[in-house]
Parts: sequence; C-alpha cells; structure tokens
Amino acid sequence: MADTTLDAKGLNCPLPILRAKKALKSMEAGQVLAVEATDPGSAKDFESFCNQTGNELVSSSEENNIYHFEIRKT
Amino acid sequence: MADQKKLAIIATKGTLDFAYPPLILATTAAALDYEVTIFWTFYGLQVLKKERNLKISPLGNPGMPMPVPMPVLVQAMPGMESMATVMMKQKMASKGVASIEELYDMAVESDVQMIACQMTVDLFDFKHSDLLDGIEYAGAARFFEVAQEADISLFI
Repeated sequence: MADTTLDAKGLNCPLPILRAKKALKSMEAGQVLAVEATDPGSAKDFESFCNQTGNELVSSSEENNIYHFEIRKT
Repeated sequence: MADQKKLAIIATKGTLDFAYPPLILATTAAALDYEVTIFWTFYGLQVLKKERNLKISPLGNPGMPMPVPMPVLVQAMPGMESMATVMMKQKMASKGVASIEELYDMAVESDVQMIACQMTVDLFDFKHSDLLDGIEYAGAARFFEVAQEADISLFI
C-alpha cells in the first residue's frame, strides 16, 4: 500500500518526474510513492529516474492508457 | 556532496520554443541530483528578463508543423508571429506542457545556478535591473571553471 499518491495525469515531460521528486523529498526512507501518469514517455522515464537516484521502482504497469508506478524511497 | 554529478549548459536561444530545452534538462537533472549551472548568453538572456516576452516564429523554420500549409511570404505578414505564439502557448497548455515561467521557477527552487554573460548584457544595453534576481554576472572564464568540473556540458 502506498504512503503517498501523486496524480500526474495530463502532465507532460518533465513535470511527472519533477512532481515525483518533490513528493519523495517530503517522505521518509522506506515509504512508497504511487504515481499515476498519462505521458507515454513516463514508463521509460520513471525507470531511468529510479536507476539514477537509487530509489526502488517497485512496480510499473499500464491500464487504459494510464501508467501506474510505485516507488520506494531509499 | 563531494561525488555529486554536475551539468553545465550554455543557453544561447531567445525564442519561446528554444527556451524549453535548457530549462527542461536543467530541472530534470536537478531532480536526478545533479548540481546544475546554466550560462545564458546572447539571445538566451531574453529568458532571464523580468518582463519576458518570448515569441515563436514560423519564419525560416520549415520544420514547424502548421495547421494549414502557409507560404513563407504570408508567414512574414504583420501579426503572424504573435498569432503563432498564442497558438503554440494554447497547444502547450492543452498538452500539459509546463510554461517557461513554471520551469524557470522550478529550476530556481531546485538550486540551478544562473549565470548571465556580462558581455552580451552590455552589448544589448540590458541593465541588471531588467533581469531577474539571483543571477550571477560573469564571462567565459567563469563558464570554464564550471565546465571543467562538469560531468556533462551542453551547448544549446
């Protein structure tokens, strides 16, 4: 279960990543941020974001053109 | 952080469309924990103005998608630049693209360092009071001091 959720639907690059970064900043290590986005580029972007920041991408999925991500802050 | 990655960008363009790449890359790099510096020079200084009036021009840009095919001479008519600018801003808002104002504020918020090229400030007769607060004024030597420490340097 996510500790915080971020609705990034309708936002385009780079806003979903910037908003996610901001949300993670106010969270504790180990907590999970759930993100919903509609930007088709976000699937690769969140993977790259986590690879580079060391946060863990717990899950990444897409349903009806909505992308769901769960990120655990490290 | 001693091992923090660093990005140095030279931003030279002063149109609405080309104000985006430096600010998108700077804010994203900051979100990826880079220390970012943008060196604004020549027309890039327009992005630093307190009273920004960035425009887009279809002239001389055959790559710009137009709603209807438009001969170059028509694109040169008075008012076409303003019309193209209004249309582009509407398009961007409808696609959830951030405004330049939003991106610039987010860059400042995430400690992106802004350096304005003093030589071009003089060249264009800009005053420091015309430009936003929190900007450093320096020359090429300052850029190299930043760039030699940078992992990535971009010229835009």
